Amino acid sequence: MAYFAKFGEIQFDVLREIGNIGSGHAATALSKLIQKEIDMKVPQVKVIPFDQVADCVGGAEAVVVTVFLRVEGDTPGNMFFILDVASAQHLIHYLTSSDKPVEVWGEMEASALLEIGNILIGSYLSSLADFTGLNLHPSVPALAIDMAGAILSYGLIALGRAGDFALTIDTVFLEGNDHVRGNFFLIPDPESLPILFRSLGVPFDGDY
Amino acid sequence: MEIIKVGMAGLGVARAPGRLRTTGLGSCVGVVLYDHVQKVAGMAHVMLPESSLAKGEIESVGKYADTAIPHLIQLMQKEGANTRNMVAKLAGGAQMFSFLGNNDTMRIGPRNVEACKQALRNARIEVVAEDTGGNCGRTIEFDAENGLLQIRTVNQGVKEV
Repeated sequence: MAYFAKFGEIQFDVLREIGNIGSGHAATALSKLIQKEIDMKVPQVKVIPFDQVADCVGGAEAVVVTVFLRVEGDTPGNMFFILDVASAQHLIHYLTSSDKPVEVWGEMEASALLEIGNILIGSYLSSLADFTGLNLHPSVPALAIDMAGAILSYGLIALGRAGDFALTIDTVFLEGNDHVRGNFFLIPDPESLPILFRSLGVPFDGDY
Repeated sequence: MEIIKVGMAGLGVARAPGRLRTTGLGSCVGVVLYDHVQKVAGMAHVMLPESSLAKGEIESVGKYADTAIPHLIQLMQKEGANTRNMVAKLAGGAQMFSFLGNNDTMRIGPRNVEACKQALRNARIEVVAEDTGGNCGRTIEFDAENGLLQIRTVNQGVKEV
């Protein structure tokens, strides 16, 4: 917590802008994929205790569909693309143009969602890399459909070694008819933050 | 009836007829200790195997297997429990994303389970039941009255050990 206390308004602004640019590009990519209008909310940058991280997606026990990948390169971190189950069903429905929302999860549905997540996170990261001039690349993605707490805690392990708080950049996006609603979640490793700030010319003296 | 909620990296102690509960265990391990004579139960939600992994000072003892278990035992002893009467039950330690192979961070689930067992061996407490590993999240609830641990998963429903 002491570490994050060194953050001023400007640091939070920069992180919000990062969320804005990344999610903006990802939302555009999604909109093209499913040929629907996608709205995006203002990114939330929060320093929250581990216990509360899952609250913004419905609590630790809420079942969510998640594509996770590790951000590698200059500023490592964890990235999640999270949908509730109904949204994931609608998304597959839009993609496959089937008659009604898919209710059964088969290999094809899982693989389609994994690929969507991969494309969207990829576009989030590449816009971020362009904006910062940093070298960022995604790991192989993975899909899990399970309790939000169990999934998100995965992204907190590396942080757990240094404290009990996580800095999350969370952006909610909505499809025009509200059938698809999801989150992009970026949790940078604490060591990555000074590098991120420096790349954008923002002063930050907090040693980690 | 009182249900005590144990958060991530948290510790909790309950007396019969109380219950202890922790939600959304992924690679974390839920450790339950139970003194069936005094009917005192303790629960820890362990995130990491060893406190030597910590950078800087250790902010919460409940986070690491090697500090959480001794500390939990102390808390239970204050409530009148005796280690000689204690048994342990474990749940969690899953690998939520199987792809990432042999990277150490990604194998954290199995490492957490192993570290918990080691800490329990050091304290001479027997593990009488476990539901660990796999790739699913778990929510657990322990009944300090009858010593049963209820484990809920998304795909496999509820079971009791």
